[in-house]
Amino acid sequence: MDHLDAAKLGAGLAMIGVAGAGVGIGTIFAAMVSSVSRNPASEAQIRPIGLLGFALAEGTAIFALAIALMILFL
Amino acid sequence: MADGGSFTMHPLEQFELHPVGGALGRSVNFTQANLFMVVGGLLILALLVYGTRTRATVPGRFQSLAELLYEFTHSLTIDQIGPEGKKFFPFVFTLFVFVLMGNLLGLIPFTFTYTSHIAITGALALMVIIMATVVGIVYHGFGWFSYFAPEGAPALLMPLIVMIEIISYLSRPVSLSMRLFANMMAGHMILVVFASFAVILGSLGAVGLLGAIIPFAVNIPLVGFELLVALLQAYVFAILTCIYLHDAVHLH
Repeated sequence: MDHLDAAKLGAGLAMIGVAGAGVGIGTIFAAMVSSVSRNPASEAQIRPIGLLGFALAEGTAIFALAIALMILFL
Repeated sequence: MADGGSFTMHPLEQFELHPVGGALGRSVNFTQANLFMVVGGLLILALLVYGTRTRATVPGRFQSLAELLYEFTHSLTIDQIGPEGKKFFPFVFTLFVFVLMGNLLGLIPFTFTYTSHIAITGALALMVIIMATVVGIVYHGFGWFSYFAPEGAPALLMPLIVMIEIISYLSRPVSLSMRLFANMMAGHMILVVFASFAVILGSLGAVGLLGAIIPFAVNIPLVGFELLVALLQAYVFAILTCIYLHDAVHLH
């Protein structure tokens, strides 16, 4: 295994961080679904908050992807 | 590309920049990214000018679309920033429509997604964060720096909290630009990977051709998913811009 193969392995390992974002996004939308089903009238207020939470949770996955891309291409 | 099974995947090839427009384009480095930014800008202008030219009471198709865009962004800005948001509405509207047009244009085959380049999303995010900082300082003077020291925090923890707040403030443009860029790039890479699977399997003969239906079938809902991502990421970009401006105007 030379240096480049190891870098590819490292990039793959860096993407493990995406699992956390998956759990987070799942939790956010689960909470959003349950709160909307409890009070369907509140959907308009809950949707932007949920989408914001989704964007912020996704940010962690994006950082993992950034590290993986940096390992591969820099 | 597929000459006798020697097809290799190049998922990143679509993001390479090439000068367009002949010798003149080469001399000023006018790439596809620039071309599609111009095309996107002209399309937005055409939609808004052509759509609202009649000012009908019962709007037609284009006028409805223009009004929908306008009212959607307007309510987003006012809801997030408050009454002061009216001043920032043109800025947020321009950003939202520009990003949305970039995301949607990229979904048409053989076009270029300018939002899939960190240079472009990075420039937009830097503009947002510099704008938010300047607005904060204009509204509050040096009092703006109290943003980094939230009230009611224990004095002992203050140095740590200030450091964390500063780091989180500085990571905003990074996450804002990386989110849009990575979402667009990853989505378009996945489309190419699945399309390549179909081509590779298809070059293996009759059985492979039958198998190639599967990645091709996966690609169709993926395009629909990309459409959702394109709309959602433009929305998220606009709403985060509004939230940063809200922080600048109201300090927490």
